[in-house]
Order: sequence, then structure tokens, then C-alpha cells
Amino acid sequence: MVRPPSIVLEGEASIAGARLFSKLRLELPAGRWTSLLGASGVGKSTLLRLMAGLDTGADFDGAIAAGDGAPLTGRVAFMSQNDLLAPWLDVTGNVILGARLRGEKPDMQRANALIARVGLAAHARQFPHTLSGGQRQRASLARTLMEDRPVVLLDEPFSSLDAQSRADIQELAGELLADRTVLLVTHEPGEAARLSHQAFLMNAHGLSELPLPPSSPVRAVDAQDTLAAQAEMFRRLRSAA
Amino acid sequence: MNAIAGSFLRGAFALVFGLGLWQFVVWATGAPPFILPGPARVFSKLWEMRELIAENALVTITQIIIGMILGTALGVSTALQLAMSPLSRLLMRPLIVFAQAIPVFALAPVLTLWLGYGMASKILTVVLIIYFPVASAFYDGLMATPQGYLDLARVMGASPLRTIFRLRVPHAMPAFASGLRLAAVSAPFGAVIGEWVGASRGLGHLMLLANGRAQTDLMFAALIVLAAFTVALYFFIDRLGAWLTRRFAGPVG
Repeated sequence: MVRPPSIVLEGEASIAGARLFSKLRLELPAGRWTSLLGASGVGKSTLLRLMAGLDTGADFDGAIAAGDGAPLTGRVAFMSQNDLLAPWLDVTGNVILGARLRGEKPDMQRANALIARVGLAAHARQFPHTLSGGQRQRASLARTLMEDRPVVLLDEPFSSLDAQSRADIQELAGELLADRTVLLVTHEPGEAARLSHQAFLMNAHGLSELPLPPSSPVRAVDAQDTLAAQAEMFRRLRSAA
Repeated sequence: MNAIAGSFLRGAFALVFGLGLWQFVVWATGAPPFILPGPARVFSKLWEMRELIAENALVTITQIIIGMILGTALGVSTALQLAMSPLSRLLMRPLIVFAQAIPVFALAPVLTLWLGYGMASKILTVVLIIYFPVASAFYDGLMATPQGYLDLARVMGASPLRTIFRLRVPHAMPAFASGLRLAAVSAPFGAVIGEWVGASRGLGHLMLLANGRAQTDLMFAALIVLAAFTVALYFFIDRLGAWLTRRFAGPVG
């Protein structure tokens, strides 16, 4: 993988004349996890989609730039709450979808290694509808890793999973996406407390930094300082709304 | 296997019930055979005239199958063309809807004038009749790919053409299957319309001929063969459609 860049987004956005968020500055340090917490509708996903270069339906006035000055296009991978697995492709087919869509020859060896790495080696030939929600998100994670992009944008990717699968895949993602520049948009204070190097609360007034334990991620689900940070985030999230 | 046996059994019951109802109407109304022949009479006529009917059925079936293949190919390529280019959507869509607004019935005499009494004009009526359902169902399917998949493709750096063939087309398979089902039930219609307007062979021609000579039993026999073929065609296409849907959308659709 090439060296991950830092990313700075600066600007304001409105939808049909109504202010979505006022002028703010979000900096993602290179090779670090940044979490964005906030109520629905404050524009978290809009921020993420702006960085991914996707349509947002909002008018954005500002700039997004990588620290190394090169464009972000082609350096970003994206994972959403919906696993977006193609139902007509098996796990392997889904993992190599990116190469197929670009008309490249997929590296099957790497694909198989990644499928094994996310614990789906025995399911490589299975179709998505035969997998559990957790397995599907693992397949989606393997596909994201297959893209091997230095910047990874995660839009609530684990929010539809049960608590146990969620904790498992948080650890897996934290480990496999370490050293990349990651933006995690989430509703869940616990997730932000476990996975982030820095975390922000987003509301209509802008961003405010949230406290995190001094230890480095991924933090244990039941560590005292993780739980304390989670509780504090939860309190700030509720009082902000 | 049991499910198939069960559906055959249900079909057999429905058939017996239908024939019984038919015979009952004949008895109850006391209609003479040249108005409404009973099932026994029609089936004995069918057997008696089997060579004539088979000969004409072969012509009609050939027209239907060739028309289905050409019409589907044309519908599919139109849908792809529309999905690929906003300009062709702008220019062609109104034209296609307008063309669909013209009843094929009204067009059939002109087609016969242009293409003659042979198979070509009937194949063309079949093509015209199934073209729109196939094109419109497939096009709707192509445009209904969930935005999330398109976003993913965009971030992955997919080319527009590959996005169509590797994402939109497989996603559209269930919709394409519905278009095919509609085509299967209306295609025989197209062939018969074509034959009614002017033909020297085919089941539609035979029906018209039998009707003109008050051979109602022969007309019914030809009608039953046509209906049986339509049901068989629908059954086959329905199976194909169910397979396509399962293959491309999974068991929940």
C-alpha cells in the first residue's frame, strides 16, 4: 500500500438554501482513525460522501484536499451500512468486483488470502443470501481491503449487526485497516471509543472534540477507560441534541 | 419433485373441471354443434384433422418463436441503448411510446402489404407486440439499480460501460423476466393477428377458414392447439424467469 495521506475538509454545506452545517474544518491525520459521532441529519454522511467524491444532494462551498497535494480520486475505499454485496456473485466474486468493474485482471491469490483473513475461507463459494449479517459484512470488509486504498471511509458499517458480531468485526476492521487514514461515521459511542485515534461530535454548530483514553486502538470492549470514554461521549451526544 | 407432481395434479383437476363446465353449457343451452360443439366433438375433429392442424400449427409456432427471439433481442438492445445514453433517452423514448400507442391490429394490413403473405409479416407483428413490454420492463430494471451499488462502483473507479454490464444488467434480470412473461402471453396474439389480416397458412388462417365454412368444431380444435401452445410457452418462460430471478437476486428476490 502507498503511504496514506492526511485529509483536510473545510467548508459549509446547505440543501436547497437551508444550512446543513456551517463552516467547519475536519482534519483526518495520516494513517489514523477519526470517528464522527452525531445525531441523524447533521450531515455526517454528507461529509463522508464529499470525501468519497459522491453526489450528496447538498451544495458544498469549500475544499477537500489531501496533505500530499495529490487528488483523492482513486485513493479511497468506501463501506456502508448496507453490505452492498451483489446477490448474483459468490463471496470471491464480490471480493474481486472492483477489479472486474475496472476491467483489470483480479489477483486471485490475494483475494483468497483476504477471504481467509476475514474468516470466510470455508464460505468463499457461497452466495450472500446464505451468509449471516456478520459474515456478509466480513465479505464486504474483504472487498474493501482488496481495493487496497490508503483512505477508507466507513459509513456506519457495523450498525445493523448484533452486539457480538459487531464487537468481532470492529476488532477485525481495526486490525486490518490500521495504518490507513480512516473516517468512521457512527451513531454508536462505544464504537468510536474503541476504534478511534480522535473523535468528534458533529452538530449544527460544527465539530467538537470528544475525549478518548490514552491507550491506542483497538481498545477492549470492557476496559474501564473505554467504558468511561463511551459514557462521556454518550452524555455529550445526548446533551448536544 | 413433489411440488411439480402436485402442480400437475392441480392442472389435471382444473382441466377436467373446465371440460365438464364446457360440456354442461352445451347440454344446458342445447346449442347446435355449429354454434357450440361439445368437447368430445372438438377432440375427435382434432384427431381427424391432426395433419392439417399440425401443419398449420408448425407455421404459427415457428413465427411465434422467431418473433419472440427477434423481439426480445430488439427490446434488450433498445433498453441498453436507453440506459447508456441520456441523449437517446431524450430522443427515442417518446418515439417508442408513440409507436406502442399505435394498435398492432391497425398496422397489420400495412405490414402484409409491405412484406407479403408469408411468414415475415407475422414475425414482424409478433416482434412489434412483444418489443415494448420487453424493452420497457428491462429498461426500468436497468434504471432501478440501488444508488448504493452505483456509489460503490464510482468509488471503485468503474468504467460506465462495465457498470452497466456488471451491475445494472444483473440487477435488471428479475425485471427482464417479468417482461419475458408478458411477451410469452402476447406473442401468439401477434402471430394470429398477422394471419387474420392475410395468410395462406397458420392456425389463425385455419380458424378464419373454418369459421367461414361454419366448421366450428375445427375452429375450436385449432383454438385449443394455439391455447395449449401458449400455456406451454408461458410455463417454459415462467420457469426461465424464476431461474433468472433466483440466480441474480437470491431467493428473497
